[in-house]
Amino acid sequence: MTDLSASPAPLSLGDLSGDPRRLRTEAVMRALLFGAALTSILISALIVGSLAKEAWTFASQVEWATLWTDGWFPRRGLYDVKTIFVGSALVAGVAMLTAVPLGLGAAIYLSEYARPGVRKVLKPALEILAGIPSVVLGYFALTWLAPEVVARLREDASGASLAAAGFGVGILTIPLIASVSEDAMRAVPHALREASAGLGARKITTTLRVVLPAAVSGLVAAVIIAVSRAIGETMVVFIAGGGTGGSLFTLDPLDKGTTMTAAIASQASGTDQVVGEALTFQSLFFVAAVLFLITLGLNMIASRVVRSVRQAY
Amino acid sequence: MATITSPAPEASRASAERALTGGKLDLTGRAFTLALQLSLLISILILGVLVWDVVDTGSSVLAERLGDFLTGTMKSQADTSGLAQGIRGTFWIGVFTVVLAFPIGISAAIYLEEYATHGRLTRFIDLNIRNLAGVPSIVYGIVGLTIFVKAMQSLTGPESNGQSVVSAGLTLAILVLPIVIITAAEAIRAVPQGLREAGYGVGATRWEVIRHHVLPYAAPGILTGTVLALARALGEAAPLIMVGAASGFLTGGTSYELGSLQDRFTALPQIIATWAGRPVGEWESVTYAAIAVLLVIVLIANAAAILLRNRFEKRRA
Amino acid sequence: MAPTTDTREATTVDTAATPATAEALSSGGAVFDISDLAVFYGDFRAVRDVNLQVRRNEITAFIGPSGCGKTTVLRTLNRMNDLIDTARVEGLVRYHGVDLYDPAVNPVEVRRRIGMVFQKPNPFPKSIYDNVAYGPRIAGTKKGLDDVVEKALRGAGLWDEVKSRLKSSGLSLSGGQQQRLCIARAIATDPEVLLMDEPCSALDPIATARIEDLMQEIKDQYTIVIVTHNMQQAARVSDRTAFFTAEVNDESDTRTGVLVEFDLTDKMFSNPSDERTENYVTGRFG
Repeated sequence: MTDLSASPAPLSLGDLSGDPRRLRTEAVMRALLFGAALTSILISALIVGSLAKEAWTFASQVEWATLWTDGWFPRRGLYDVKTIFVGSALVAGVAMLTAVPLGLGAAIYLSEYARPGVRKVLKPALEILAGIPSVVLGYFALTWLAPEVVARLREDASGASLAAAGFGVGILTIPLIASVSEDAMRAVPHALREASAGLGARKITTTLRVVLPAAVSGLVAAVIIAVSRAIGETMVVFIAGGGTGGSLFTLDPLDKGTTMTAAIASQASGTDQVVGEALTFQSLFFVAAVLFLITLGLNMIASRVVRSVRQAY
Repeated sequence: MATITSPAPEASRASAERALTGGKLDLTGRAFTLALQLSLLISILILGVLVWDVVDTGSSVLAERLGDFLTGTMKSQADTSGLAQGIRGTFWIGVFTVVLAFPIGISAAIYLEEYATHGRLTRFIDLNIRNLAGVPSIVYGIVGLTIFVKAMQSLTGPESNGQSVVSAGLTLAILVLPIVIITAAEAIRAVPQGLREAGYGVGATRWEVIRHHVLPYAAPGILTGTVLALARALGEAAPLIMVGAASGFLTGGTSYELGSLQDRFTALPQIIATWAGRPVGEWESVTYAAIAVLLVIVLIANAAAILLRNRFEKRRA
Repeated sequence: MAPTTDTREATTVDTAATPATAEALSSGGAVFDISDLAVFYGDFRAVRDVNLQVRRNEITAFIGPSGCGKTTVLRTLNRMNDLIDTARVEGLVRYHGVDLYDPAVNPVEVRRRIGMVFQKPNPFPKSIYDNVAYGPRIAGTKKGLDDVVEKALRGAGLWDEVKSRLKSSGLSLSGGQQQRLCIARAIATDPEVLLMDEPCSALDPIATARIEDLMQEIKDQYTIVIVTHNMQQAARVSDRTAFFTAEVNDESDTRTGVLVEFDLTDKMFSNPSDERTENYVTGRFG
């Protein structure tokens, strides 16, 4: 018979509450880390704060007539926004025409067709392309793409144009499209490819009729993200787009032109202060605000697309 | 074993053979495969042409006067200009990125993955970070201009109107912060739960589990992400333009002392952008030489990140 | 051997000492004739010395413990092993007398004639209709798909349950229904043979029973080969059974599958010739 009364010293609440020093460390760390996480919100606030005031100043004080002129010449007080919108659209369009076939084709090949050995060599090569800074691609676009590719499409000697910038931006976005698309395709369960093969489908049939449809949400998200990137790209257009501080409205990508991003950069470069008409400085912020909203919208649509089909699976 | 005693009739065998072996040349299938291979090849070929151009055009300058080129300053003549100021600016920008973005970014990632509950605030922070990662770099440039150059001028450079490497460093640090957070968070998420449970099981606090178990395991992945972010920061030019990196003449801007941080500055991407605007004939080789230097820096960083990532994946598999 | 008359029931003479030899063509000739088959993944020999025949309009079962090559042998019958880079086949697999692995044979054509149902239901993320219509569509059928789909769904015993929602996603069905959808998908191409790789192992007993009934119903139209872990299922459902086991190679620490015995199901379960078979079917191991 064990003597239950002779138990070891009884536990008190204090024994189980823990070493105060360790607890303090824990609390401090938690607070610090939380603070770090909050900096992201701080940054968003800074962005909105920086843009909102001056953008609003511009929007409220600008004369409406100056918003619809022949071109974007902010230093002269001509703020034809459609010039730079269309410029951005043209560059993004040419970029997608280049990047989507090449990027998607590369992704399909790497995901569905390539042997592991081939994949191990070629995938890093694409990733190297992703690491090339946009200034470099901009100068390459100016010195090689413009004369070799674009100038052949037209007699213009230099070839510096929205199209040259578009090709450059396209090259920049190929790795982005390739990697997001490839992830989307690899996420398609192998069992579906087996089922299709078992029904007597050739590889191209399985790829086009089973894998791509199953991965479509990821592919669409890839393109939307790429478009957002293309619209937000500055240096390639700045160097190879042919535009200067201002440009005329054009719908022809082979013309020189400027985009929202290059317009902002042009204003700040060259001289150390932004000079010109009173609202010239604020126009910068207005364009930046619009740019911010557009890219934000596109990115949110892309996330929603990915999320909506994740549920369907 | 049982055997079939009479063979299958010859007629059915012949028809089966015809059916299984007949069949047109799979032209569409082959054409498709070829098209895919072509897209991959073209993409890589473009990379090749670019690298070739850089090497071919820039090598003359590098071969002839590498020392002068790396220690000289910007001049009005292409054949006497050098990158010393750019290298110094890029160096300091790198320092700011490492000192600011890495600790804050990794801390934020730790909080989001290990401490945060899945409430509305966490989801909001998460969404916020993803959006920040997609903001164009020139918008960050404007933020840098408004906040660091103008509003915080007393800190960033009272003598230089705030257009100093401090402003640039701060701007680029906040630009890459979301990327650091996202990649670090992924690396932390990949740590197997069993590892944490083992730690908790022996009575460790949450921070102790993180410090002694989670972080060491996630370190290669975190490192990969941060190195990629650094490479990105070093290559960005648009924010530099907005923050007022010198594009023409710059006296000084070569010092590595802390006291010089508030002076006017320039950095490699800005130099390239400036020289890109000058007449191609005269400036092409020098610009490509500068590009070569920048690419060496950036590509080494990228290669390091890829190698780290491969080691990371191998360990996980 | 001289051909004898239909011997579907196990005979009482001459079966004790030797494996049943004088088997006549009963309900049909041999659809598959496998001789001396061995399958390799790289250097690893997964299964060896397989000799058996699959007869028309019969259900042939492959049974045995895990890892003894049953699925591997099943997948050689429709060249599915081709999807694995390192897979290699030695020996002969004849389909209606034609060597399936002859270089001139196009595996895509083989798979049009031989349907497959997998262990875990894998309907496409498409509508029920599109799932069933997929096979005929890629084979070139453009018209009359509605009839083809209905016929296949009826054949799989699923029509009544889904006829009012053919456009809804195949993934919205229950596990058992999804598997019957996969069966419908497989029979929509009007194959001669149906290969089933443990089709019921992911399903509950009621769904399993439904599929076993289905197999009996459609036996007249198809030749079925089924791999199953479930001995009782094989005994219930099949006409002939092949029992596989795994040999452990102590040096390389690998297991190679080998065919132990192949005979009429009744005989395999009541009076098998090989001791290993007897141990397995009576539950002494495995």
